[in-house]
Amino acid sequence: MITPIKLAPWLATFGLFAVWELVCRLFSVPEFILPAPSAAIAALIEYWPAIWQNAFYTFWVTMVGFALAVVFGLALGLVTGASALVYSAIYPLLVGFNSIPKVAIVPVLVVWFGIGTIPAILTAFTISFFPIVVNVATGLATLEPEIRDVMRSLGARKIDILLKVGVPRSMPYFFASLKVAITLAFVGTVISETVAGNGGMGHLMLTASSSFRVPLVFAGLLVIAAMGVGMYAIFALVERRFVGWAFRGGDTG
Amino acid sequence: MTAFVELDQVTMTYGGAGSDTTPAVADASLTINRGEFVAMVGPSGCGKSSLLKIVSGLMPADEGITRVAGEAVIRPLTMVGMAFQNATLLPWRTTLENVLLPLEVSRTHRATFRRKKAEHIEAARSLLKTVGLEGYEDHAPYELSGGMQQRASLCRALIHAPDLLLLDEPFAALDAFTREELWGVLQDLWMQRKFTVILVTHDLREAVYLADRVYVVSKRPGRIVYERPVPLARPRTLESTFDQGFVDLVHKLRDHIGEVRAS
Repeated sequence: MITPIKLAPWLATFGLFAVWELVCRLFSVPEFILPAPSAAIAALIEYWPAIWQNAFYTFWVTMVGFALAVVFGLALGLVTGASALVYSAIYPLLVGFNSIPKVAIVPVLVVWFGIGTIPAILTAFTISFFPIVVNVATGLATLEPEIRDVMRSLGARKIDILLKVGVPRSMPYFFASLKVAITLAFVGTVISETVAGNGGMGHLMLTASSSFRVPLVFAGLLVIAAMGVGMYAIFALVERRFVGWAFRGGDTG
Repeated sequence: MTAFVELDQVTMTYGGAGSDTTPAVADASLTINRGEFVAMVGPSGCGKSSLLKIVSGLMPADEGITRVAGEAVIRPLTMVGMAFQNATLLPWRTTLENVLLPLEVSRTHRATFRRKKAEHIEAARSLLKTVGLEGYEDHAPYELSGGMQQRASLCRALIHAPDLLLLDEPFAALDAFTREELWGVLQDLWMQRKFTVILVTHDLREAVYLADRVYVVSKRPGRIVYERPVPLARPRTLESTFDQGFVDLVHKLRDHIGEVRAS
């Protein structure tokens, strides 16, 4: 059944585009400043082969960086959350590292690995692992003392407490962080491609804007946004599938 | 009757001896026999819960000797069942799986858990049936009411047949009707299985209904200021809570709590 809740995101998106189109037409905004969505979509169709190729490249680079972030973030999050000592030791380092704008790291990565795919993967990775670490560590560190007491008074081993209680308990936090991390990973890839790339959406948009083909830039932005929304939706589904219990009796519970 | 739990002049301060804070427990001495049901009552924050932690070995005392089953408690005991005000069921497990948890992790059972799983499931089902949760085995905890969750929590505390059951205000968060119903459930379980119970509560009627003996604990630092046997016949019923003997005992305890709070 179509409910207002299900309809709302489509209406809001359509509304935004309509207002945007209307403003561009009413005030005759020049195309090289703000192209109307219709112009961006026209560019999308016109340059589809190039866009498709670069979008696919950006997509898989992002996925590789994101996969690294998931593995590394989960591992580091578990270690940090399970040990108060590790937590206090590396938390300041993590926060400090996360405060560095990733655009500042790209030139260093280029010096190390050359222009191209590897800096983009690593930028996507460095920008997206932090929320995963923080969330997983929080999930573990906020274990109820009562359940810990129950486990300890049974003579449970630390590893049992971690595997039977800690890890399952931190999974809702983990899956929530994936939704944030995947969108950040796209940001990382595109930053690297823009600053030092020879392919991908960032590179495409940089080339387009330097020749004042602004509708193509906007077509690129729309494609990146669409990929982000798509992946977010997929991870939202994954989340429901795996930690449905955390959504107390929701419609999929 | 042999002494099962013994506390001798036990003092405990959070942060260890020499810390500036008031001790949570001071000079506590008590003896609990095997199979006895003991209740501790006192004003909130008086250190009753700390006493449970000392007995279970989860928190070491700074001074004095704690013995359980004749042995000094120097590390967490491993044959204890515990239940708290919050049912603390694991939300990703079904009711049955929650009850089975102690058998999966406890030192005595974890090695044989897989081999004896069918047997354990049978035991868990029959225990859930005893507390009136038949048919809810495969329900998730959030699908149960607060009272049902607390019943499941009791089952989890008892599934591994512990010698000692420690209850920290287990019924405090429930409505009055459910609470009184669960008194009966707990009394039945105890009469069948005869484990030793220490119940911490601030409900005097609950203490008198359930316990063989009631200790009154003073406000912080927690000292045991009064001890009162409850010689009423079992099984006690809700009707019996209106008997003169019952009411007199509750009044007597109330007077002592009043003194403790005023002091």
